[in-house]
Amino acid sequence: MTVEFRSLHKSFGATKALDGLDLTAHQGELLALLGPSGCGKTTALRMLAGFEHPDSGQVLVDGEDISEVPAHRRDAGMVFQSYSLFPHLTAADNVAFGLRMRKVGAAERRARAAELLELVGLPQHADRYPHQMSGGQQQRVALARALALRPKVLLLDEPLSALDAKVRVQLREEIRRLQQELAITTVFVTHDQEEALSTADRVAVMRDGRLEQCASPAELYDTPSTAFVAEFVGTMNRLPGRATGDGTVEVLGQRLPVRGAADTSGAVDVLVRPEAVDATADEDGSARVTATAFHGAVTRLTVTLADGTTVKADIPSHRASDLAAGAAATVTLPERPVLIEAHAA
Amino acid sequence: MARLTNRRIRWWRGAVGLIAGLYFLVPLACSVLFTVDVPGQGFTLSSYTGILSASGFTSSLLLTLELAAATIVLVLGLLVPALLAARLGAPRLRPLLEVVCSLPLVVPSVALVAGYSGVLRWGPQYLSRTPLFQTFVAVQNASFPVVLVLAYTVMSLPLAYRALDAGLRAVDVRTLMEAARSCGASPVRAVFQAVLPNLRGALMNASFLTLALVLGEYTVGALLGFRPFAVWIVGIGGSQAQLSVAVSVLSLLLTWALLLVFAAAGRSRTRIPRRARAKAAPALVPQESAS
Repeated sequence: MTVEFRSLHKSFGATKALDGLDLTAHQGELLALLGPSGCGKTTALRMLAGFEHPDSGQVLVDGEDISEVPAHRRDAGMVFQSYSLFPHLTAADNVAFGLRMRKVGAAERRARAAELLELVGLPQHADRYPHQMSGGQQQRVALARALALRPKVLLLDEPLSALDAKVRVQLREEIRRLQQELAITTVFVTHDQEEALSTADRVAVMRDGRLEQCASPAELYDTPSTAFVAEFVGTMNRLPGRATGDGTVEVLGQRLPVRGAADTSGAVDVLVRPEAVDATADEDGSARVTATAFHGAVTRLTVTLADGTTVKADIPSHRASDLAAGAAATVTLPERPVLIEAHAA
Repeated sequence: MARLTNRRIRWWRGAVGLIAGLYFLVPLACSVLFTVDVPGQGFTLSSYTGILSASGFTSSLLLTLELAAATIVLVLGLLVPALLAARLGAPRLRPLLEVVCSLPLVVPSVALVAGYSGVLRWGPQYLSRTPLFQTFVAVQNASFPVVLVLAYTVMSLPLAYRALDAGLRAVDVRTLMEAARSCGASPVRAVFQAVLPNLRGALMNASFLTLALVLGEYTVGALLGFRPFAVWIVGIGGSQAQLSVAVSVLSLLLTWALLLVFAAAGRSRTRIPRRARAKAAPALVPQESAS
């Protein structure tokens, strides 16, 4: 089942929620919509579910425009951010709710509900009411309910954001396992980049109602196409540099090739990940280590350069012993293309 | 120190409880005493036994209960769709709805009934040659005065609104609706199968408040010349004082009984699920046979 958003526009009063979104989720893939709050990711998902109507543009499922299909006739199971189980029904009845709407017989309903509760690991909770279950259990039941009608698409609207950290990790692994087992096309809205990177096949980073970049987690992390993506996903250093206009940039006394906008010249910020920055102890170095944080295999150094810029550098812990706070150091970058951003001013 | 303040608070609680209790219970006790202790006869229950045979008791009570039922249906039929629509579609209309529903609080029922009787007098005169004339006659039919239902509906709007609003605040109507719709329920089915069952307590409260209002309403019924229960009680009080107080005491008990019934019905959501009970029962059998 392929899902396609085609130049979707949507405004709520003066605020533009979607400003020309183009995006495709392929058959059987888990696509994460990632972005800061207000970027339009939830609006896009709600359009797919049928709860919002686009001002213009189309939502296609398997090439068919479903914009005019009412929400209850779309084949989409949804898990909501807030606990959305029906409080007056038991877990089993919640899961069977959709089957009841489809007039499936009682015996078959019960069998299917039991099967789904088994699938999400809660077979013994069939007769519990939502208020008798924990948040994580409620979301599992909600997941089972969303899958009960064998939907073509599974929609997850920040389903983990109300849970505590440990349950969140557990449940997201489970969602991933189920999604792969059922090979169901899934759209997963989240503002948590770690969640998106660890579960999704592809991550679509959104900003101000538009798509910034849609790529696999590794590609997004290693070769972000814009400065926004680079800084939203993972940690990023901004180093002052000078672009020459011929595809290279001078930074930290080195000359490095530029990825992307090669014709930029003048003062720029060079974007580098902490693990790409190397620091060595150097008596004559102009930089100074101001803080260290031990992370196991690596130690994150905070280094202040001569001009006052702060740089974070991840170096192997075994090399960090002579780089205590206060030590003089030299900071270098590997000979690899870097992403730059021209100064706004 | 903490214990001291604690004790002082308890002492006040007792005092307030006592004063409030006296305030409510003394008149009640006096009423009961008045009905069972007839001068010259000593202790007797004759006023209570006389109620059933008193002329007009059954008919006026039945009329009032019918009016109450019709009013409840009308009030809920008006308010529930309006409140749901405001919550789901037009949240900005909620304050307006609240003001409209609270308006009857500031209009005294005497003013309301003055308006009603004015219209009822004016209408037939000007509409005598139109089909609406029959409508005016029909709404004033003494065996079931629809005009009273209309008046009671207006009067119970503030009470029912508060009760329903409190219930709606406790559930996330929008999410329930959307969850139901993503499970394949049409909007109407979503309301009936996902939202309303979770408003049961609120619906019961609203119904009960409306019922209580209709049971005790005197002004409108009396001034429009009908004989619902409260009007009948006052009427009989003129001739048979003991009987009328006995009826009041009885209607108080009746109201309490109804309140308990409604409260029980509203609370029964916490009942043991049917299937769990069914499962628990057979589980006992092997245990018994084993022992």
